[in-house]
Amino acid sequence: MKHLTAINRKARRVEEVTAPPQHDVVALQQGSQPPQQPEGPHIPAGCSIVFSPGWEADRTGGTAGLCQPVERDLFDCHMGCYWPAQVPDQLNHAPDWTAKCAAAQKDWRQIDLVFPG
Amino acid sequence: MSTPALPEIATSDAPLPGLRVTPQTRLRLLEFHRFEAAGQTFAYLVPSAAVFALDECALALVDLLGEQGTASIEALAAAVDGKYSVQQVWDTLGDLHRARVVTEALAPAPAPKILPLTPIPLQTLVVNVTNQCNLSCEYCYEYGEDKIVDTENGQQPKFMSEETAREAVEFALRESGSNPSAHITFFGGETLMNFPVLRKTVAYARQRAADVGKSVDFSLTTNATLLKPDVIDFLADERIGVTISIDGPQEIQDKFRVFSNGQGSYALVAPKVKALLERHRSRPIGARVTLTRQTLDVLKIYRHLHDEMGFWEVGFAPVTTAPQRGHAISDAGFDHLLGQFRTLAMDYLQAALEGRHHGFSNVRETLQELHQGHAKAYPCGAGLGLMGVSTDGQVSLCHRFAGSEAHKFGTLTEGVNRDTQRAFLESHHISHKTDCATCWARPICAGGCYHEAHTRYGTTQGPNLHYCEWIRGWTHTCLEIYGALAVQRPEFLRQFDGVDHEASDRH
Repeated sequence: MKHLTAINRKARRVEEVTAPPQHDVVALQQGSQPPQQPEGPHIPAGCSIVFSPGWEADRTGGTAGLCQPVERDLFDCHMGCYWPAQVPDQLNHAPDWTAKCAAAQKDWRQIDLVFPG
Repeated sequence: MSTPALPEIATSDAPLPGLRVTPQTRLRLLEFHRFEAAGQTFAYLVPSAAVFALDECALALVDLLGEQGTASIEALAAAVDGKYSVQQVWDTLGDLHRARVVTEALAPAPAPKILPLTPIPLQTLVVNVTNQCNLSCEYCYEYGEDKIVDTENGQQPKFMSEETAREAVEFALRESGSNPSAHITFFGGETLMNFPVLRKTVAYARQRAADVGKSVDFSLTTNATLLKPDVIDFLADERIGVTISIDGPQEIQDKFRVFSNGQGSYALVAPKVKALLERHRSRPIGARVTLTRQTLDVLKIYRHLHDEMGFWEVGFAPVTTAPQRGHAISDAGFDHLLGQFRTLAMDYLQAALEGRHHGFSNVRETLQELHQGHAKAYPCGAGLGLMGVSTDGQVSLCHRFAGSEAHKFGTLTEGVNRDTQRAFLESHHISHKTDCATCWARPICAGGCYHEAHTRYGTTQGPNLHYCEWIRGWTHTCLEIYGALAVQRPEFLRQFDGVDHEASDRH
């Protein structure tokens, strides 16, 4: 804080807990940095704890790891999530369905369109 | 008007992520108490009890909001245009928002009621080793007209047995839970009338604490009439904290602190106190003064007890009494008292700035609480970290209610009744004290002493409305001292880092 000075211990505590979070998604989207190029590596961490679906808060209670659109975070969505995204049967029916998709964020359009059959 | 860095509040400072704030968003002030010290302006925030210093821009915006009730961000920026840039206004509002000085005009007021989880580790057990006393102080809450428990004709033994005292030790160690230490305060009656049991209990407690890998320490309160050389040696050698109940120089002490034949106690007590202060150097020794309508000369009392007798600290408390009693302090008396407290407190500030010790403990205790910034939901630790024990082993809210069936929390052998404790905490929470809802001093007062309220209003649940003005006046004075020290001698306040307030009471 620049315009207020914390004097007692409680005030210092207030300052600590209200410090702006790093890599906050909303901040990133609204700040000067383009949203797709945050400072440093940003690894989508998938969904959140079981009781909060991941849209309001991530598993740490912050907003840095909120659910991504499925096309951006495909693998976390179908493997790590408590409510997994539905994907083709990659063991038997469509083992190569993501073969052309090296990086989901960039190449998601290359994912095979698979019809059940 | 251009809007640079619009989302300053909306993102980094918003308590709710994603909350949108625009230049049209209207803001309003939240609760705080403003005070000045050493040329600076401060805010004591309610209910968080945080203390912040405000710079000129923050002050200007707070003043504007104070005058206008609510104002939009662009209107605020326009009002200070030429003095502060729009960016500065947004930044400052961001800081004020973070500290909860301002909020959105439409934001609902949160009213959290958070009850402590039980079992709460016990910090202090006050053990009434006797309910007998060799003095007959007219104002005594235990024997006077306002007594709660009929100790003279009651069912309880006059002296606590050695066995019960041992059970109290076991109880204190057991209930201290995860705390590495337990604290036992011996109380009465006149505590030293049961010195034989006290002495054995200290030895027993040290042994038992060592057995369970904890430490234990002791304090006691006494009227000093029974301080014989062997007693003093014991207190000094065992490092027992001692508080002496004494009202001041002879003419003041002898007004109320008398023997049953009406004779004053000063002549007997003064040489014994002197002997104690000379011999007992292992812990600082304090005097505890009861103020009444007839004995309100705080400065004179302080000078006598601190400067002449040599007490390390002197603490004052207005007598606890029903309003119609002859010794009850009137409203005018409280005003007079506040003036005296203020004068003595300014002495304290001067001493602190010059690096000298000053023994006015009421200031030190309040500064300690302000420094920590605990926002209290309960006025003191009674029923939480502190409980009292009567001579028959009944555990109660605090020592002032020891033996009262209506304020019983359990027994030494059966332990604390958690349902009773929870019901007490539920019904005594600050959120139930509607009179306190608009008071800025509630984080530090929380309605005041349960026993005082019980004596005045017949219930522990209500706030002590008769001293609201006094509490606010006194807290304001202490905030000014705190602010002055924070600016002029911040290193003085470091002594309060990591020191938690310990609920204590003496009579």
